[in-house]
Amino acid sequence: MGMRRVILWAPLALFALFGLLFTTGLLKPSSSTIRSHLVGQKLPDFNLPAAQAGRPSVSSAALEQGGPRLLNIFASWCVPCAAEAPQLAQLRDAGVRIDAIAIRDRPDDIAGFLKRYGDPYAAIGADKDSSVQLALGSSGVPETFVIDGKGVIRHQHIGDIRPEDVPSLISAVQAAR
Amino acid sequence: MRGHAFFALAVAVASPALADSLMPAAELADTALPDPVQEAKAKDLMYSLRCLVCQGQSIADSNAELAGDMRAMVRRRIQAGETPNAIRDWLVARYGAWVTYDPPLEPVTWPLWAAPILLVGAGAWLARGRFKRRGRAA
Repeated sequence: MGMRRVILWAPLALFALFGLLFTTGLLKPSSSTIRSHLVGQKLPDFNLPAAQAGRPSVSSAALEQGGPRLLNIFASWCVPCAAEAPQLAQLRDAGVRIDAIAIRDRPDDIAGFLKRYGDPYAAIGADKDSSVQLALGSSGVPETFVIDGKGVIRHQHIGDIRPEDVPSLISAVQAAR
Repeated sequence: MRGHAFFALAVAVASPALADSLMPAAELADTALPDPVQEAKAKDLMYSLRCLVCQGQSIADSNAELAGDMRAMVRRRIQAGETPNAIRDWLVARYGAWVTYDPPLEPVTWPLWAAPILLVGAGAWLARGRFKRRGRAA
């Protein structure tokens, strides 16, 4: 008899459980950040054209030489990229080398952006169709990768760099030596 | 009244979180491949890949620029002779199984595949009990 009672109530209990799951799912904001699964692995092969005439560009081969650095994924049309500019300047002043990839951008727009918000970059590559961004497992702008001296991705920072993120990024680059 | 004014101001001041670039869509983002067999393969794959920006949509349905660039990449690779599974694996290696609507069989996903079988089994067991009882009563 007890078993029968359990079976009788089980559908209602299941329904209530799913109802609860559904409502909590609706109320919870969906903020899934998609991390790159390439952290800890070597950079994929790429070779981008320079984003600005007469300035160095970014390639996987170049990133394997010259010590650890930050690889900043940005765009002149991206609002939070302007917000992180002071923090990038601070990192550069602390002796961190910053290379950059400009996503879907034009030389004139990049020049205007750098003039307005400062230019912390040692090299900038132009990724016109987001293909290198996809190859890196990046899903938006801005994002910043820590690359060690051998071209291995050590860390991924998603979103704009806030003032409180600066010290940990400096130590991450130093640890990547 | 004041509430309305505040709302209007908030809307005017708010800038879209996902601004778009000023560049046109990638070449193959919205253009079908000339070979209909290849285009069908590419389309099938696009409907099973999740947009990274809008997250609830496939890249075939999304208007996001990154989704357009992903569609262009899918078409380019299909045209170059790559198989849909190889392209899916390439993306899964970068974004995890999250990026595909056709999840691979893994320790985390096995309940997805096992649950229907278990539920049908449980249903059959329940039904069997019912039929038996009815048989005895008759």
